[in-house]
Amino acid sequence: MIRIRSVLPLFAITLLCLAALQGCAKRETEIKVGEYGSLTGSTATFGISSKNGIELYVDNLNVQGGIGGKKIHVLVEDDQSKPEEAATAVNKLIAQDGVVAVLGEVASSRSLAAAPICQSAGVPMISPSSTNPRVTDIGDQIFRVCYIDPFQGMVIARFAKNTLHFSKAAVFRDNKNDYSVGLANFFTDSFRGMGGTIVTDQSYSEGDQDFKAQLTVIKSKKPEFIFIPGYYTEVGLIARQARELGLNVPMLGGDGWVSERLLEIAQDALNGSYLVNHYWEQDPNPLVQGFVQSYHKRYKGTPDGLAALAYDAAGVLANAMQRLSTEDPKAFETLSGPPNAEQKAARAKLRDLIAATRDYPGVTGKITLDEHRNAVKPAVFLGIENRGYKFVATVEP
Amino acid sequence: MQEFFQQLANGVAWGSIYALIALGYTMVYGILRLINFAHGDIYMVGAFAAYYLARAMGVGTVVEASPLVAAAVLLGSMVICAALGVLIELFAYRPVRRSSRITALITAIGVSLFLENAGIRLFGADPKFFPQVIAPRTIALAGGVMVTNHQIMVVVVSVLLMVALTLFIQKTRTGKAMRAVAFNRDAASLMGIPVDRIITITFAIGSALAAAAGFLVGLTNPKIEPLMGIMPGVKAFVAAVLGGIGSIPGAMIGGLVMGISEYMVVGYISSTYRDAIAFVILIIVLLIKPTGLLGRNVTEKV
Repeated sequence: MIRIRSVLPLFAITLLCLAALQGCAKRETEIKVGEYGSLTGSTATFGISSKNGIELYVDNLNVQGGIGGKKIHVLVEDDQSKPEEAATAVNKLIAQDGVVAVLGEVASSRSLAAAPICQSAGVPMISPSSTNPRVTDIGDQIFRVCYIDPFQGMVIARFAKNTLHFSKAAVFRDNKNDYSVGLANFFTDSFRGMGGTIVTDQSYSEGDQDFKAQLTVIKSKKPEFIFIPGYYTEVGLIARQARELGLNVPMLGGDGWVSERLLEIAQDALNGSYLVNHYWEQDPNPLVQGFVQSYHKRYKGTPDGLAALAYDAAGVLANAMQRLSTEDPKAFETLSGPPNAEQKAARAKLRDLIAATRDYPGVTGKITLDEHRNAVKPAVFLGIENRGYKFVATVEP
Repeated sequence: MQEFFQQLANGVAWGSIYALIALGYTMVYGILRLINFAHGDIYMVGAFAAYYLARAMGVGTVVEASPLVAAAVLLGSMVICAALGVLIELFAYRPVRRSSRITALITAIGVSLFLENAGIRLFGADPKFFPQVIAPRTIALAGGVMVTNHQIMVVVVSVLLMVALTLFIQKTRTGKAMRAVAFNRDAASLMGIPVDRIITITFAIGSALAAAAGFLVGLTNPKIEPLMGIMPGVKAFVAAVLGGIGSIPGAMIGGLVMGISEYMVVGYISSTYRDAIAFVILIIVLLIKPTGLLGRNVTEKV
């Protein structure tokens, strides 16, 4: 008995080592990329759309043979729509899983929580759709493939003033949300600069259920429209409660409205309102139509703007890896190797190649990253009619 | 002026919901001297029970939305929560009844956390949207004040339930027994009153009222999620303390005061202070009249 007992641990350790070795050998044929997003919580459709977009791109790529003979393996972490969970998720992806790059998030508050971790670890992060300008200011490892809020706020103000001929706005912002506060400020500045007036600036907090007190104040100030730079769950509820109070003016919003659930929550309350998106799914461009069709085939729905941006974020990353594998195959090889100086150099090279992205043909338009690591892209205005969307205009930067 | 009355109308509807939740706090406290922190989460379970019942009945697809359907959903969720309240009392509170009050209090916090996280596991963390069991309609009152039929229903149902509860406690034998237990548990026991059963009934009634509040909130503010009970639970507790914990009319007044003050603060000061006002009121009440508005004078506490 005693002998067997002393042999058993040895045997177990040998097995473990073998398993570990096999694991290492297997891992070398793939590149690990991390993704964090809100798969659950109050902005669940943001995370789910993004996950679908990334999955679609990466699976297509892997079917075609991957990059330099390696497959891309995406590890997904759910942050439950909470900034603190976003930081935990990214920590895990980098420290535990050893990912080469990180894709995410949609919400600026969560990108802002996770970006410093990527920055200090030297792992590039590409946000598909965080529009707050502070996100990429975190450091040179942080990129995005969408436009930023100073632009978004300006085009909404211009649209309201010049296209809809409104001059009296009410602003209703989520004052716990970086995206909402930033966009509200940029809109206010632009709208005032064009000669418009903000009759009242009210606020709510994400998770609120009841908005009637603020809406009553807004109603008494008689605005021509309400600008709500919030996320879809609250926007839907706000719209319903506004109509219940007899407040029937149109509402305008940013890309935080983009969700298949918006009209399900708002029902008819948003008819006659407008929002800004990142692309239009009926764009005749064959690139867009190919994407929409393959998305529909796989997920039975139309991809929203956030799915399209996630698809492009994965594309920009893969494109940079592709260039690395042809320009410097040795660096590409060490990218997912053991953590040493060579690996660090390889990752720095990957970062430089992402930063050098020029005219990447994405489904949301041509992507060129500027010196602030932001993309300069057109904004698409959509109108809401009979619980459906219609294309209104594309505004070039 | 129109704006003021609009805020007042909304505040009354919202305050009725706080009042319903506060009743459960106050009843349990009156009898057990226990602050049942899980009460706000029972309100959440009530909203979800109503949500799943309405879906199971196929409201909006199989069955047309009607007051009858709404009543069925309301009663169903009240029964489910009454059962849940009894179970919680039986498995969590009864074993520690003879222990110190702090033990019972910590147990209550434990039950609250359990319900919240079980809710996340069971229902999911995403918000759900309550089906419209009654078609919404906007009604214009005098002076341009707009209310919905849902808000009117909230106030009517709350008042009816409160009247029924008061009658039950004042007029029935069980109600009399409840008052006796609240007055002096040991003496009541010596008089042959089944104290355990009375406590169970108290939990059942309190939980059913919380379920009614959950249903009514789903009707007016259709977004429900597993953590929705935390803030209303705290605010209803403040309402109960404000009115004088242990006093039923006090809970109703406290609830209305909380609802109206919340609306006035958001409407005239800033939404940032929406939750702060509850605690400001609590501190002021505790400083000036620690027994609450109707605290001391009521000798029969239930």
